[in-house]
Amino acid sequence: MAVKVMIPTPLRSYAGKRDHVEVAAKTVGEALSSLIAEHGDLRRHLYQDDGRLRSFVNVYVNDDDIRYLQKEATPLHDGDTVSIVPSIAGGTNPCHSGPGEEPAFCVKDGEKRIPRANPALGIKDAVER
Amino acid sequence: MRLRLLTDVRQAIREHGAHGYPHEVCGALLGREVAAGGNGLAGLREVTAVLPLENRRDDSPRNRFSVTAEDVLRAERAADERSLELLGWYHSHPDHPARPSEFDREHAWPWYSYVILSVAQREPGEMTSWRLADDRSGYAAECIEVA
Repeated sequence: MAVKVMIPTPLRSYAGKRDHVEVAAKTVGEALSSLIAEHGDLRRHLYQDDGRLRSFVNVYVNDDDIRYLQKEATPLHDGDTVSIVPSIAGGTNPCHSGPGEEPAFCVKDGEKRIPRANPALGIKDAVER
Repeated sequence: MRLRLLTDVRQAIREHGAHGYPHEVCGALLGREVAAGGNGLAGLREVTAVLPLENRRDDSPRNRFSVTAEDVLRAERAADERSLELLGWYHSHPDHPARPSEFDREHAWPWYSYVILSVAQREPGEMTSWRLADDRSGYAAECIEVA
């Protein structure tokens, strides 16, 4: 089955700057596998390490979310369009961590704590704000 | 990498963050890529409009935000209608610094600019912008310019 896979803007640089690719696939899973076989750098942005699609990666067949169909086993038909659509999430770290863990930063009851230096989070210095 | 915010845009983000406090607020950044550049490369983006969005995380809105796929498509249409690009997203960190959290990193997309506004006790403060590294290992800071 020849289907079109639409690539969202943030991933186009990993797919030869194209907004879509044509693949032959019988299911959504096959279509995504073909996409990744051709453009391997897409894998880490679409899939978790355990091989499951990331929670913020939404896949539609034509206008239907595959979560309400047969997920990656959803069958495809000639001419179908598979769209990868981002959802966006984020937020602060929890104020209180588990035993032995210091929160990155916390304000509670007027008490200001100092963020720890954490280069991975871009916190270079522990500075009280 | 540089992210130029029009004065009105910066003000709109600050007002949205203050108005929504103590909840996280979020919205879309619309504008143009003036000079292309990836992570580690020179580049300039100009944000000329924002689209405030509803935070869909009503279970923990003080420390989480969520934009649904439908809202993303709506933001893309809004950008198209203005002949602009959807360049990224902004959100507030109530009573936290304007630094991306581990949760932010885990859920981020590459290419998008992520503007974070710190709001302390309803007062908007530092604003920063970040882009996810290609290998998802961390963020690169974007320098914010106000024009």
